[in-house]
Amino acid sequence: MKNVIIIDYQLGNLFSVKQACDTIGINAKISSDKEDLLNADALILPGVGAFNEAISNLKKLNLDSAIIEKVNLGIPIFGICLGLQLLFTESEEFGAGRGLDLIPGVIKRFPEIYQSRKIRVPQIAWNTIYCSNQNWGESALLEIKNNDFMYFIHSYFVEPQDKNCILTLTNYDGIEFCSAVKFKNIFATQFHPEKSAEKGISIYKNWALINKLI
Amino acid sequence: MKALRIIPRLDIKGPNLVKGIHLEGLRVLGKPADFAKYYYEEGADELMFMDVVASLYQRNSLHQIITETAKKIFIPITVGGGLRTIQDIKEVLRVGADKVCLNTAAINNPNLIREASRMFGSSTIVVAIEVIKESDGKYLAYTDNGREYTGVDAIEWAQKIDELGAGEIVITSVDREGTGQGYDLELVSKVANLVSIPVIAHGGAGKKEHVVDLLGRGEVSSAMISSIFHYNYINENDSKGSSLEGNVEFLNRKRKFHTFEPCTIMDVKSIMIQNKIECRV
Repeated sequence: MKNVIIIDYQLGNLFSVKQACDTIGINAKISSDKEDLLNADALILPGVGAFNEAISNLKKLNLDSAIIEKVNLGIPIFGICLGLQLLFTESEEFGAGRGLDLIPGVIKRFPEIYQSRKIRVPQIAWNTIYCSNQNWGESALLEIKNNDFMYFIHSYFVEPQDKNCILTLTNYDGIEFCSAVKFKNIFATQFHPEKSAEKGISIYKNWALINKLI
Repeated sequence: MKALRIIPRLDIKGPNLVKGIHLEGLRVLGKPADFAKYYYEEGADELMFMDVVASLYQRNSLHQIITETAKKIFIPITVGGGLRTIQDIKEVLRVGADKVCLNTAAINNPNLIREASRMFGSSTIVVAIEVIKESDGKYLAYTDNGREYTGVDAIEWAQKIDELGAGEIVITSVDREGTGQGYDLELVSKVANLVSIPVIAHGGAGKKEHVVDLLGRGEVSSAMISSIFHYNYINENDSKGSSLEGNVEFLNRKRKFHTFEPCTIMDVKSIMIQNKIECRV
């Protein structure tokens, strides 16, 4: 049986990620042990919270180099919310610094004012995802329809250098941003599939099926 | 898109779902897990669990209910009641909550908001304000389910909560709570216009039109609702002939429901769409 590690860097709710895995039969274990990561067949990088704190925890636990090593070896990795952002090069926020740099691009904060409108940050909402320039049929989004709703909770979003890796876009009160990416063996979403009801769970299932984890 | 959320609120006392008026006079309605499952299937956007006696006993006792619910329900769950320390917050997040809701502890120690937001991320920290309108028209914040006077100006406190880094505010009108008379729109407007984070309005929904009155103004992000959904669940389950748990005599008489027009989450969302208010369906 393939073993999947849910990377625990002591931030956020891992319970629901584990629950989603259990529901569809992924053999997942929550771990912050570097050895577990190095022996994994696939990784899930979840996370809620501050970018700074996350990177510094990953470094403290020596997990940053293990993630980079595994992803470069080509094993599947699934990033969620802050987990997506951590895969990028750097945050534009003052003092936030560099990410794992597995996907070239930057992380930005939603503006407070946009076209003279107040933007409420964080975005805490169900919002729709729609097609960019990739075909969802070959991705974990295979059961998702254009404009299906997913659950978002975030203040920052990613801007990939290579627009071809953008899998979905979302529009928050006039601001369009990248809400999911597929880049080599990396699949990552800004929204929380494990909090997006049955459709969200289908994303876990199809990610596992495509990567032969179940 | 800016879809607005409908959040059923489940007030819990011990193992039971309860409902009061002005947050007091609690009646037992049934098992929280049954209501939660029904609301999930009905299209609730999130769920809020509030341990209504926790502050009194200085502890949150919802761990088992949260874990059970989070195993089967894949929408966000916010948990509140009696959370006083970073350790308390860590504990409820560990057993399955996605967000925590602070009130009493936050007002006694505002720094908890800053500390918790930094540690768990702003978006994890919701702060509730229980508001009573004084005879001079001033809105004051109370704690312990509207029992304890603090003298804190609710509107100023809302701004402070935003500055301290919380991700969201729940604004409860204790005057309207459980009455079915509609939301306190003046209160809600004041808070929403002042802060930059999302605001959830709570207290007063007696029929689906009240939700439209609230959300149609485009100020708040969500409506928190309990009575009309709970009573609808009881009506439906009664008609299916299943036995009720809770205060059976009260539930069977249904007399006290008269100020409410119970309906489903889908009924609320349908009328929202008719009124061009965006929501998830």
